[in-house]
Amino acid sequence: MSTMIQRETSAGADQDGAPPPDGRARDRRSLILIVGLLLVGAIVLIAALSLVWLPYAPSDTTGSRLDGPGLAHWLGTDRLGRDLFTEIMVGARIALVVGLGAVGVGAAIGIPVGLSAAFAVGWLDDTMSAAMDILIAFPVLLLAMLFVAVTGASLVTVTVAIGLSLSAIVARLTRIVAKRVLAEQYITAARTSGTGWLGIVRQHILPNIWPTISVNLGLLFGVAVLAEASLSYLGLGAPPPNSSWGRLLQEAQSTVVTAPLGAVAPGIALVILVIGVNLLVDGLRDVADPTQARAR
Amino acid sequence: MNLLEVASLSVTSSDGVARVRDVSFTVAPGERLGLIGESGSGKSLTAFAVIGLLPAGLKATGSVMLDDTQVVGAPEKNLVPLRGRVCSFIFQEPLTALDPLMKLGHQLAEPIARHQGLRGSALKRAVLDALDEVHLPEPERIADSRSYEISGGQRQRVAIAMALACRPRLLIADEPTTALDVTVQSGVLALLDHLVADRDMAMIFVSHDLAVVSRMTDHALVMRSGEAVERGSIGELLASPRHPYTAEFAASARRIETAFASAIARGRPE
Repeated sequence: MSTMIQRETSAGADQDGAPPPDGRARDRRSLILIVGLLLVGAIVLIAALSLVWLPYAPSDTTGSRLDGPGLAHWLGTDRLGRDLFTEIMVGARIALVVGLGAVGVGAAIGIPVGLSAAFAVGWLDDTMSAAMDILIAFPVLLLAMLFVAVTGASLVTVTVAIGLSLSAIVARLTRIVAKRVLAEQYITAARTSGTGWLGIVRQHILPNIWPTISVNLGLLFGVAVLAEASLSYLGLGAPPPNSSWGRLLQEAQSTVVTAPLGAVAPGIALVILVIGVNLLVDGLRDVADPTQARAR
Repeated sequence: MNLLEVASLSVTSSDGVARVRDVSFTVAPGERLGLIGESGSGKSLTAFAVIGLLPAGLKATGSVMLDDTQVVGAPEKNLVPLRGRVCSFIFQEPLTALDPLMKLGHQLAEPIARHQGLRGSALKRAVLDALDEVHLPEPERIADSRSYEISGGQRQRVAIAMALACRPRLLIADEPTTALDVTVQSGVLALLDHLVADRDMAMIFVSHDLAVVSRMTDHALVMRSGEAVERGSIGELLASPRHPYTAEFAASARRIETAFASAIARGRPE
């Protein structure tokens, strides 16, 4: 925070006369950041807690069927008498692990592919961008389903499947942003001073594309979490005993009228995580991108 | 022996339009050459071709011998060692020529580290020295700033420090003061003049401004629509231009000067 303040005061002294940052806009930003942090923090806390403590052993029948919420079962039980809160906690872990893993796979493949596409010229450039466009035309979920159908469902294949589907999106974005940076004069300037291509990628391109890429990876995390839940809902997710939120939703479907909490609770958990991540990313954008902070 | 020998250099775009046609000139070690002409005359392209960095879609033919290495058609890996060490560049707009996200000290450290193999506190010392050499006040503060946090003149001084970091023998300055206001311009020109003389560097000074060129060099090549129309000393070019274009160019420069002088005489510049 102190570096931010320092930067803003010196930017204010800029002879080009950058306008002082609007106080109200900044307050709104930090509110978004705080709400996002709280929402994501709650889910992360629950997931972390599930590693060391759970109210009940997961997938143990510990109550009667479809109990309402009470002291013994905070969110009630499901149709097999399992504690719903326990399953939500385990589901939080799965959502985070699959989400982070998928975004990691997507970035690990997408960024290098996008960077090489940015350097490609002529027919290679055309072919690579056409391939990316075609892949992006398929919904993430459909590609992931195809992959899982071929490899079989497990926590790892689901993560890789979603990650691969996201990688096309990451690659295309990386290509576009890197191309824009490549056209900048400071790249030419670096080349005239004798910096090789590797040095240019490391020192100029990666830092300059990172603000855009990281924000989008954050948003894609939300997409990955939803895709995981959807795959589980369709029965293509990680098999039991991994109680994914998507599977909880699917299992509660038949009893949604008599015991609505079984569907509402995982649904709300999903919404909290996805909205939280979106708000968090939006708020963090300022911190990640000094030029944006200046423009504001 | 010449540091740079350009022989029948042409630059052609992919649709076959010649942007530079059959330009030849030489620069000896320590020599200064002005490259003058209006915008679009191909003077900047000629400068970029010298170092093998033409924009995408443009192709050079002919011969450019830079320190006995053929630049035209050479693979990138042969050119990288020349850049910065034999020949380096100063650009017109220092704001866009500096990476906005990288601290200036860090940016300056890059060529210094590569050239002199320094690390840690020695590298930091060298960076501050380099900033001091271009007469920047508070080198520590500048090194810790990003390009948009300092003034235009200061930016150009940082760019000059970067260009000189590897002790090049030829400096190409592409309209280095055009983006600066007149008072700052004068200081930057004086600094360039001093540094180039001090290190016995050769210089190609690209500009459309005859007055500025005449401050930096006494020898110039006049370019017009991709062709070199005349080469000679600035005095000759002004006094007895052989080519009508040079005459026109000199006359317009003189017109501006007289208009300016009379405006000052009237006491209210227009």
